[in-house]
Amino acid sequence: MTQYLDFEKPLAEIEGKAEELRAIARASEEEMDVSQEAEALDKKASALLADLYKSLTPWRKCQVARHPDRPHCKDYISALFTEYTPLAGDRNFADDHAVMGGLARFEDRPVVVIGHEKGDDTKSRIERNFGMARPEGYRKAIRLMDLADRFGLPVIALVDTPGAYPGKGAEERGQSEAIARSTEKCLQLRVPMVSLIIGEGGSGGAVAFATANRVAMLEHSIYSVISPEGCASILWKDSEKMREAAEALRLTAQDLQKLGVIDRIVPEPLGGAHRNRTATLDAARDAIGKLLDELVDQPPEDLMANRRRKFLDMGRGGLAA
Amino acid sequence: MNWITNYVRPRINSIFSRRETPDNLWTKCESCGTMLFHRELSDNLNVCTNCNHHMAITPRERFHALFDGGIFTEVAVPQPVADPLHFRDQKKYPDRLRTAQKDTGETEAMLVASGEIGRTPIIAAGQDFSFMGGSMGMYVGNAIIAAAEEAVKLHRPLILFSAAGGARMQEGILSLMQMPRTTVAVQMLKEAGLPYIVVLTHPTTGGVTASYAMLGDVHIAEPNALICFAGPRVIEQTIREKLPEGFQRAEYLLDHGMLDRVTPRTEMRDELITITRMMMGLPPAVKGELPAPELDAQDGAAPGGNEEPKT
Ligand SMILES: [Zn+2]
Repeated sequence: MTQYLDFEKPLAEIEGKAEELRAIARASEEEMDVSQEAEALDKKASALLADLYKSLTPWRKCQVARHPDRPHCKDYISALFTEYTPLAGDRNFADDHAVMGGLARFEDRPVVVIGHEKGDDTKSRIERNFGMARPEGYRKAIRLMDLADRFGLPVIALVDTPGAYPGKGAEERGQSEAIARSTEKCLQLRVPMVSLIIGEGGSGGAVAFATANRVAMLEHSIYSVISPEGCASILWKDSEKMREAAEALRLTAQDLQKLGVIDRIVPEPLGGAHRNRTATLDAARDAIGKLLDELVDQPPEDLMANRRRKFLDMGRGGLAA
Repeated sequence: MNWITNYVRPRINSIFSRRETPDNLWTKCESCGTMLFHRELSDNLNVCTNCNHHMAITPRERFHALFDGGIFTEVAVPQPVADPLHFRDQKKYPDRLRTAQKDTGETEAMLVASGEIGRTPIIAAGQDFSFMGGSMGMYVGNAIIAAAEEAVKLHRPLILFSAAGGARMQEGILSLMQMPRTTVAVQMLKEAGLPYIVVLTHPTTGGVTASYAMLGDVHIAEPNALICFAGPRVIEQTIREKLPEGFQRAEYLLDHGMLDRVTPRTEMRDELITITRMMMGLPPAVKGELPAPELDAQDGAAPGGNEEPKT
């Protein structure tokens, strides 16, 4: 069953009607031909869907990016990689289930893959802490990136987190330091690094995985310094002003490409990634492959130097550039 | 107003110029409530003489006390594109910036300076909490990069005083991008084999803590400074429990292994001189008041010969 977002309500009504009509026809004893009517409704629904998604407002993009049925890290790992061998733990305190990672093959090439996993039902969401990593998650990622660096394996990072976990233990065990070291490790790699933001790129918790040679975003994903709700409650003193905040923050893939913060936008099927997972995963595979191809022949020192240069130069132009 | 301001107002008005209004001649300690006379307070680096509470100090005031003879040269910081996102909340971002500039008399939230402390050449960078909460945007990033480049060029250690409520939200993603940008700056220092010392002051939070403030060779904090990634209020809302006394304060972080030292502001200069001289392989500093080198030269006086050359 599709979970509709609030702005998809008219769509839900039309699709519901078509569904109902077909169900009545199926249940009815007499021959009932509803196909014409149902098809008319289908047509109306797809026209409306196209219209709704033609130009999503930034706030609606936030909603799509957070859609519970959106493919998550583990879906990408199982669809895009073979021989995935998860590697666990930070060798220090714990294994953080908000962060997945390990060795795998991407189109036969051995790589290290890391990513935030949000979970997709109550049980797994709690286990994954809704994709909010603790210091152990970042330290596991640092360990895996270090392993990649020493064995010459490219790093592919899948970013999908509301942010790093704001908890007591996380603070006591050095959340800040762990994030800082993870970003630092990204900048030290002498192997190619490609990051793909698949849903939410939430603040420092995302940067720690997204300081890459190439950063791509799914068409309706978001990447921001603060959640629109958080920004609204600070600057507007009203968390209900999230629409305005989402607008002002320029957190969409389209704006971030204009700002030169990301390199590529991965198209999503009509109606968002969750409406056609296969198409989404195929597009992601294609994009990661192309971005990796741009990097694999660069000498190790250049990969590191170019990555640093890219971030040093970032933001020099602003939106007008 | 409080009793003492009312009491002293008539007399002081006649003595001091109009610019020094009686309102800022006396400061009430936020911690113990003692009224502190401004000269006494600034002589003590804005630390309460009664209870040792550390009040805010601007980078400029700090640098006057830190550098020999109060002399330092500002390091130029490349000016970023103004209002890169065309950000509008209830106010326009350029208006907020202008207000902050008028209120503080500073260009932006970080001051970079070059000079000597105890005859030890250093580069210092100070974040200004009074300027839009010290928030980190393109300018602050540029300042840290400029500081690191200057340190590498002159082969000097960098001492950075952090103070920030977090990100400059009005610069959105570009504020966030200062985390990797400033990390590259720290890497420049490390690869040049130069010390990078972070002095964490109240408050140091958010993305600032999760980048350059936690990547130092040595981390020193001022007493009772709030140092955290997520603020206590956010955490209380998330975990729905009261946090322990002193949580995320400097002493708490020291206990949890995140800092090397907690040092009172009044002892900070001596400690920084001692540490940087050791890390730079220099002989021990000569203690006590040293005349400012530049002033000596200008006055034609003999340069302070009681120093160094014995290496
Ligand atoms: Zn006091």
